[in-house]
Amino acid sequence: MARLPVDIPTLVKDFGPTLHRIPAGGWAHTIEDEKLVKTHCCFCGQQCGIQLRVHNNKIVGFEPWEDFPFNRGKLCPKGVKRYMQDEHPDRLKHPMQRVEGKGFEAISWDFALQRVSSEIRRIQDTYGKDAFAILTGASLTNEKAYLMGKFARVALQTANIDYNGRLCMVSAGAASKKVFGIDRSANPWSDIPKAKVILVAGANIAECAPITTDYIWQARENGAKLIILDPRMTPIARNADLFIPVRSGGDIGVFNGMLHVMIERGWIDRPFIDQHTVGFEQLAETVRKYTPEYAAKIAGVPPAMIVKAAELWGPAPTSFLMHSRGIEHHTKGVDNCIAAINLVVASGRIGREGCGYAMITGQGNGQGAREQGQKCDQLPGMRDIANPEHRRYIAGIWGVPEESIPQKGLSAIPLVEAIHDGKIKGLISICFNPAISLPDANFVREALEKLEFYVNIDFFLSDTARYADVVLAGSLMEEDEGTTTSVEGRVIRHRKVVAPPGEAREDWKILCDIADRLGHGDKFRYASPREIFEEMRIASKGGVSDYFGMSWERIEENNGLFWPCPEAGHPGTPRLYENGKFGHPDGKAHFIPIEWRPSAEMPDEEYPIILTTGRVVSQFLSGNQTRRIGSLVDQYSQPLCEIHPRLAEKLGIADGDFVKVESRRGNVVVRANLVKTIRPDTVFVPYHWPLDRSANNCTIRAIDPVSNIPEFKTCAVRVSKVNQPTDPIAMLEVQAGGIQ
Amino acid sequence: MMERAFFIDYSRCIGCQSCVQACAECDTHRGTSMIHLETIERRDSVQTAPQICMHCEDPICAQVCPADAIKKTPDGVVQSSLKPRCIGCSNCVLSCPFGVPKYLSNIDQMMKCDMCYDRSSVGKKPMCATVCPSGALTFTTMEEIQRTRQGIPINSWKFGAEEVKTKVYVMVPREVTRVDVDLVQIRTTAPALPKDPYDVALMLEEIQ
Repeated sequence: MARLPVDIPTLVKDFGPTLHRIPAGGWAHTIEDEKLVKTHCCFCGQQCGIQLRVHNNKIVGFEPWEDFPFNRGKLCPKGVKRYMQDEHPDRLKHPMQRVEGKGFEAISWDFALQRVSSEIRRIQDTYGKDAFAILTGASLTNEKAYLMGKFARVALQTANIDYNGRLCMVSAGAASKKVFGIDRSANPWSDIPKAKVILVAGANIAECAPITTDYIWQARENGAKLIILDPRMTPIARNADLFIPVRSGGDIGVFNGMLHVMIERGWIDRPFIDQHTVGFEQLAETVRKYTPEYAAKIAGVPPAMIVKAAELWGPAPTSFLMHSRGIEHHTKGVDNCIAAINLVVASGRIGREGCGYAMITGQGNGQGAREQGQKCDQLPGMRDIANPEHRRYIAGIWGVPEESIPQKGLSAIPLVEAIHDGKIKGLISICFNPAISLPDANFVREALEKLEFYVNIDFFLSDTARYADVVLAGSLMEEDEGTTTSVEGRVIRHRKVVAPPGEAREDWKILCDIADRLGHGDKFRYASPREIFEEMRIASKGGVSDYFGMSWERIEENNGLFWPCPEAGHPGTPRLYENGKFGHPDGKAHFIPIEWRPSAEMPDEEYPIILTTGRVVSQFLSGNQTRRIGSLVDQYSQPLCEIHPRLAEKLGIADGDFVKVESRRGNVVVRANLVKTIRPDTVFVPYHWPLDRSANNCTIRAIDPVSNIPEFKTCAVRVSKVNQPTDPIAMLEVQAGGIQ
Repeated sequence: MMERAFFIDYSRCIGCQSCVQACAECDTHRGTSMIHLETIERRDSVQTAPQICMHCEDPICAQVCPADAIKKTPDGVVQSSLKPRCIGCSNCVLSCPFGVPKYLSNIDQMMKCDMCYDRSSVGKKPMCATVCPSGALTFTTMEEIQRTRQGIPINSWKFGAEEVKTKVYVMVPREVTRVDVDLVQIRTTAPALPKDPYDVALMLEEIQ
């Protein structure tokens, strides 16, 4: 019965998002008796070091942590204001259940856990084990991510667990695994300033990974050339030596075209290719037809730009390539990444100082959360759930028969489709807000309504939690302890700063209690997250992401340790692939020829414009946290549709007009923002907002065949001027989905 | 410790507003930011510029203050107005060539960036220059800035006929020795600039 119990305005009145503007104790509180706790930001994959100010078990502010080597005190506005989610009026402080016509009422933990476990039993007994699914998240600590995977396979014995990293790192991860043999950024960030040319593809670094900006600017001070591929001139593109305003989905044109020119002019490292790679001849054959003119048609840019890119990249002595969602959120996301990585390997500039490659993780534990076995096809240590040897090892750690571990389950989008089809009847979710973050949002909301039982663990009532039968009040990052693994592959410590408020509980305790009620308590007896880490460390032993040699003490002493760290005393591995030794069994890098293919939906007469989506610097992902922080909402209060003045003129749209952006699946009504910094065939709407302000009402539910990432970055829309909406949703405050 | 100075590099700014958000976290004026970010012309460009107090050697804000409420510390930091003296006339707000002082009607007083005097006077960096993710705002030694940057720091300005020297430096290309801000100059140099350098449609025109 997963339907909204009351209308949206009532839910908003009771649970927000409301804007928190004044810290606990007020602005002018005394700083006597205050302590500083060194920990990390809860938001993006950079995982910046930060100190939180604590007074009377309340977080009252922050102080930069200048000694942490990655960010040296630097923070983006989200990091500066992250502490405002503590002591927030919207904070969930006790378990609740849905009451038709009323909303949600407080219930006891005992009743909540009893109801959850009996519903799990009922659904699994009636429809089979796999009819109860789990959606989990990449902002959880490693310990929690590990626990989610074990909870699914041991306590629920469901195959159907997947996570929101499916919307984030899976294309990059799959491509890296295919070419390099390992799914991790290849280099520490300290290599970036040493590169003489940097290529950034589909990464709005200034807004989505702001701390990386200084590394790139420092490279430029050292004489590096900067190449940026993006349909929009982002803040770092403004100062690039070469900005290529590529058509969304046209990146392979640029990459293959560059390689074509590099081969033609001899800017490839033949000895490296011969010694350390396989498959170059087929690749060279494939890119033969990608002349600058041919490639330029695919990329939607002048051929001279592709030649210039090859001239900058090809002969450079050192280089660094980085990419993120801009090339990954496509039905050919894996292929886009492979085509980019081919440029790195063909140049031979990898595995050395100043020579490298990185994928920029988006979510807080975007790296670690994809290693510990909460993906539908993985066991801890990045092990393969279909590999009998891997299954046996993990079954041994868990103390269960190998055959009791389910096989591969559904990834996030097919999982939601199975809910819509009535094949999956029950759902437990944590750290995932699919009502906003998945594509084709109208379909997702329909799917949620079809669940027989939905339990949501969260610290705020997210847009998705509104559909829950039972909501369990969990913990913020700073209310628990554990580790995450940052964008560099650096495993770091998050410290417990305060206790969860009221009756809210640490997430891992909630999961262990549910497992206990399901009769599997003996496999979930942990006294602390540290005990989970110890088990996880052993479970990762011998895997690709090997944490076996790490301890919390060593992680703290070293300001983080890079995996693989296979034995005690091992210094960790900041830079992968040194001396041309790659992760495949043959030790070589595997070139893969890539042919461009069109996106799932290309613009046509009816829907002639490309919609691309993304983020703004002051908001994070689905906004469940950041749309509740006053000063961040003030900075950019509601989604705007970026549109080139030429296109706007054709459509009779002026700056600030209300416009409807409409695809075959739905629409979003926002104000127009006329900017010359975007391609005139493309519009952009950021996706952090709910309901009628959700860009994902328009996006397409089409996925990459390998990574299953959705094609958030390209769909076909039409745009028209409309009157200001005045319906009840439009009249809400902006952070709740209203419009001003 | 070697003496540190404040450097602004507009070319590095990414418009994230970390500086503005963090300024409002400083203990002497928590809840109110004393600095701001200029968005030059969003329609044409993504260029932004952070504006802190430049701490003039001979501050115009103090010169025009009828109540003599604006004082400079011996180390050259221009302070917010002295509460007992400030009459809230806003002369300073109108006269500052950088648009820095703010009249706060709720306390009937002018307050402005004091380079985080509470922090910098005890050896810490100002808050904005600590958090700035792009290095557009940097608090470091002259030696360090010269060693690590391609541009050079200057602190001479000319507004019309008025010459101003500031404690805060800005990073400029090596050939520049003074920043001249003049209406006539804008008119005469404008045609030399490329037309719409950030217009993506113009960049793509070659293929049409």
